[in-house]
Amino acid sequence: MIKTLQNRFEQGYRTSRYPKEPIQLPERYRGRPQIVPDAPTELVARCAAACPQEAINAESRRIDMGRCVFCGTCERLSEGRFVAFTQDFEIATAQKEDLLTDGSLPALANHAKQHFKKLFGRSLQLRQVSAAGCNACEADLNVLATPFFDLARFGINFVASPRHADAIVVTGPISRNMKTALLQTYEAVPAPKVVIAVGSCTLSGGPFQGSPEITEGLDQLLPVDLFIPGCPPHPLTNLHAFLSFFK
Amino acid sequence: MQTEFLEIGNGKAVARDRIPHLSFDDFRVQAMGLVEGGGKVVQYFAYEEGGGIKLLAVLRTDRLLVAGCDAPEAYPSMSLACEPFHLFERELAEQFAIRPEGHPWLKMVRYHPNYRGREDIFGNDYTQDIPGNYDYYAVDGEEVHEVAVGPVHAGVIEPGHFRFNCIGERVLHLEIQLGYQHRGVEQLLMNVDARRLPIITEGIAGDTAVGHGLCYAQAIEALTDTTPDAGARIIRTIGLELERLANHVGDLGALSGDVAFLPPANYCGRMRGDFLNMSLWLCGNRFGKGLVRPGGVRFPMTDVDRETLSGRLDELKPQVRHTIELLFGTPSVRARFEDCGAVSTDDAHKLGLVGPAGRACGIAYDVRRDFPTEHYTQLDIPENAKPTGDVYARARMRADEVLQSMDIIESLLQAPVSTQCVLPVDLKPASSAMVVTLNEGWRGEVSHCVLTGADGQIVRYKVKDPSFHNWNGLAMSLRDTGISDFPLNNKSFNLSYCGFDL
Repeated sequence: MIKTLQNRFEQGYRTSRYPKEPIQLPERYRGRPQIVPDAPTELVARCAAACPQEAINAESRRIDMGRCVFCGTCERLSEGRFVAFTQDFEIATAQKEDLLTDGSLPALANHAKQHFKKLFGRSLQLRQVSAAGCNACEADLNVLATPFFDLARFGINFVASPRHADAIVVTGPISRNMKTALLQTYEAVPAPKVVIAVGSCTLSGGPFQGSPEITEGLDQLLPVDLFIPGCPPHPLTNLHAFLSFFK
Repeated sequence: MQTEFLEIGNGKAVARDRIPHLSFDDFRVQAMGLVEGGGKVVQYFAYEEGGGIKLLAVLRTDRLLVAGCDAPEAYPSMSLACEPFHLFERELAEQFAIRPEGHPWLKMVRYHPNYRGREDIFGNDYTQDIPGNYDYYAVDGEEVHEVAVGPVHAGVIEPGHFRFNCIGERVLHLEIQLGYQHRGVEQLLMNVDARRLPIITEGIAGDTAVGHGLCYAQAIEALTDTTPDAGARIIRTIGLELERLANHVGDLGALSGDVAFLPPANYCGRMRGDFLNMSLWLCGNRFGKGLVRPGGVRFPMTDVDRETLSGRLDELKPQVRHTIELLFGTPSVRARFEDCGAVSTDDAHKLGLVGPAGRACGIAYDVRRDFPTEHYTQLDIPENAKPTGDVYARARMRADEVLQSMDIIESLLQAPVSTQCVLPVDLKPASSAMVVTLNEGWRGEVSHCVLTGADGQIVRYKVKDPSFHNWNGLAMSLRDTGISDFPLNNKSFNLSYCGFDL
């Protein structure tokens, strides 16, 4: 007993004050990409050609956060003269088109469907479905239950059954072998229901684009309400998305 | 025994014409001889070249040995006499429609059509997109009942199907059917532009991004005759140990949660995040994605970085140590951990268990000791082995490794580290070469094997996650165990679904 108490004191109080107080992520964290609009055309073309995800549209000078895995190749190549990744982790969008960005994003809170806020603002139960996710997205969703993030204090929980859920949170590039199980889980959620796509794989197929075994975007199968980019999205990106969209 | 297999080095390229090309019968006899004499299978796979199918095996004794042969359409199964080939033969049958005749349990591995467009060995037509198109192993008996779990599980975890045959609460047999996560990784790696390879390999299993990323980088380095500098090797070692720390600490917490002792569960959950945040500090990604690239690393270790990481480690170290003491010092925890889900050393050898799961059964094998690369050549990794094979051993193994990894990182952060960070460059792999790389990921031996063709293009990229060996260990641990102890056993192995499914 004394050991349990000693440990408790040593551990202290760890829950973050976010969103009441901002959090600064470390310098090397790659969040919202900021495009330099007057970058030389040749440099833009070089970045687009080097991008492993073909996420850069050289013509419109935009970067598709749905395809991007935030590897930072373009930033390193252009030394920040075309793309610079900021420490801004609040990058989820309600519209797929908004993922194609020059660095400006619409405020998620204003784009959220108002009836969702009314229905789920005080209590939101999520059913997570991993559909061929690499376990990074899953792990950084799971971590929201730990004391630092403590998702439950916002009335948001991950639940065991789709029957108890208001929303499904999908990760992974939706393998052929997982498609039926995913659609059955969606069917089992009572309406009105929300579909949240988490991570580059779910938004576009991510690193696995081009494989015949996967689906290049959850929106090809289900109506997606909330798009959370990243590889994986930082837990704070997920938290910000949930809070802005539903609260 | 006499063998024509060629000795190779971990992460050392070898010209393919030096690899002994045996007759199939010699290949079979010698491979089985090596494994029956205590060797293990690192890689055993087929590839297509010049219109024909060939086999290649990389085995390990205290050395790494390789040989190949032309593949027959069917052959007498090696698994009957030599169990470690069991899953490799099933994979061969699924990928290349090569039939191991008399295989004791020939069922699909990942549920996909074979690469050659041949008639399916398992009789599947793949019109149904569920890997459940298969009669599960059933136990007969009036009081026997089955429990089916998955693919969608109750928690935030990856999908897989578990089928239990039970009498009352006692599990007679657990059958694990995976494949739900299959993304076609190996085919993708052979067919995409080289600039995509690091991104794909880091996504094979996101919780082992450094382990798989390192295997890929070392393979390309060997094929392009590139040597990372000493600083890069230190940073990569730190990256791999941070990955081990985060996952092991998380597992200890989850094990504690599964026996309803919540304080360590919460502390470990938080501390796991702190280790992930150390990776985030180092490379901008909590899972180490983007840290390792062929030729070295993409981020330096400045003196500020060393101070920051050392400071965080200094703070975490006593907390981790005390939490481990609390966990293992609590009688109710020990009562649940001890004697639960034991796998015998003999079974572990036959199944080919690796990593902490194998070491918990008394098999000391650790790539960091036996085939060291990176900075591990300079480190003295203790021999970790516990003989009991139960949940306690698997948990204690993780705790020991956590304490060791913290010491390793602490010592590596003592002295300044300088490295020339790498930029994306076009690397041209050597033609007609072969390389196998092994690293001790947190789950055990991660291995990639790359074969190049006449103009240096990749003709086969074979990936093996340690989970490929260890899933059957979990099935074995459930024999005669209460079904309510499944979550505890499952967590004590904590295997990768996507690493297995590829």
